[in-house]
Amino acid sequence: MSSQSHSIALPNHKDYQGSKFAIWLFLITEVILFGGMFVLYSVYRSEYATDFHHAAEELNTLLGTINTLILLTSSLTMALAIAATHHGNRKLSLTMLAVTVLCGVAFLVIKYFEWGAKIHHGIYPGSEFLLAHPKGEILFFGLYFTMAGVHGIHVLVGVVLLTVMFLRVANQPNGKVSFVAGHGLGQAEGGRIAIVDKDGKTLWTGEEIDTSIQRIDISTRYWPVKERFRVIDFNLLENSGLYWHIVDIVWIFLFPLFYLIT
Amino acid sequence: MSHDVSHEHEAHAHEPVGYGSYILTWLALLVLTAMTVTAAGMHFGSLSVLVALAIAMVKASIVLFLFMHLKYEDRIFHRLLMIVIAAMVIFIGLTFTDTLFR
Repeated sequence: MSSQSHSIALPNHKDYQGSKFAIWLFLITEVILFGGMFVLYSVYRSEYATDFHHAAEELNTLLGTINTLILLTSSLTMALAIAATHHGNRKLSLTMLAVTVLCGVAFLVIKYFEWGAKIHHGIYPGSEFLLAHPKGEILFFGLYFTMAGVHGIHVLVGVVLLTVMFLRVANQPNGKVSFVAGHGLGQAEGGRIAIVDKDGKTLWTGEEIDTSIQRIDISTRYWPVKERFRVIDFNLLENSGLYWHIVDIVWIFLFPLFYLIT
Repeated sequence: MSHDVSHEHEAHAHEPVGYGSYILTWLALLVLTAMTVTAAGMHFGSLSVLVALAIAMVKASIVLFLFMHLKYEDRIFHRLLMIVIAAMVIFIGLTFTDTLFR
């Protein structure tokens, strides 16, 4: 009986490999999106190398480094949140997800102050102060605000997405095993469900299973334990994690190309 | 029963990765960040872009293969990544064949 428990096709069948392939395809469109901007960056940087170096001195390297550390740490906690589901540890998973969301918020708060200071100094796209500077510096800040801005929007989306995932994991129903008509239920037809203890004593016997029975559900009391873990139950969390990591990877390139070229 | 086996396989596509190896991955990323910040202060001249990009690529690979589990994925995912990298190289390469010789 127990060896068949996973062989039953559930009514809400989901395709794990398919959903993972789809999220990777989406991540590739993200890489192409940022890739286009990196092409622009590399062309203008090669053309206006000195201006780019001067303009980059305006950026706060310390804040950029702190934000890099925050995003790297959030990538770690994201991976740990998913690993915790594999180990059947809901509490750790929720804690790590919460830390990931907080890191995302911290990143955005730091960005807010960073941009606030820039705008206060008159540095923003199209500002009179900036337009008085050489062409390359205008281009540098145009690219900086566009690329860091699009990246920031991605972080914001990630924060919302991971908050939803936090709620999903928190409300993840207890396990359920279903035997559905046409998928193995026939073997049980004419029989009864019995609960038998270790001495072979029957504790409980159910109704006879006739053709009118469409499904037998066995609810389990606990969140999936390590032995009963199925990746498909957490594929949305895993896919959200992949998105979060790609946002981190984009920043891994943005950071040295904008903050560290002085 | 064969269905049973395939489903079991799906349930654990690979052995769960331990918490410790993720922390080591994170530490490696922190060290590489320290390296890229230090290298930027050392004025390698025109080489500094290449150093920064090389370190960024190592960091990105670590995130892709370990955090994003690409290491455990089917070959199709690896090919997908190669196609994207090739596409980016062609984009940037072809653009420069234009802008450098105007």
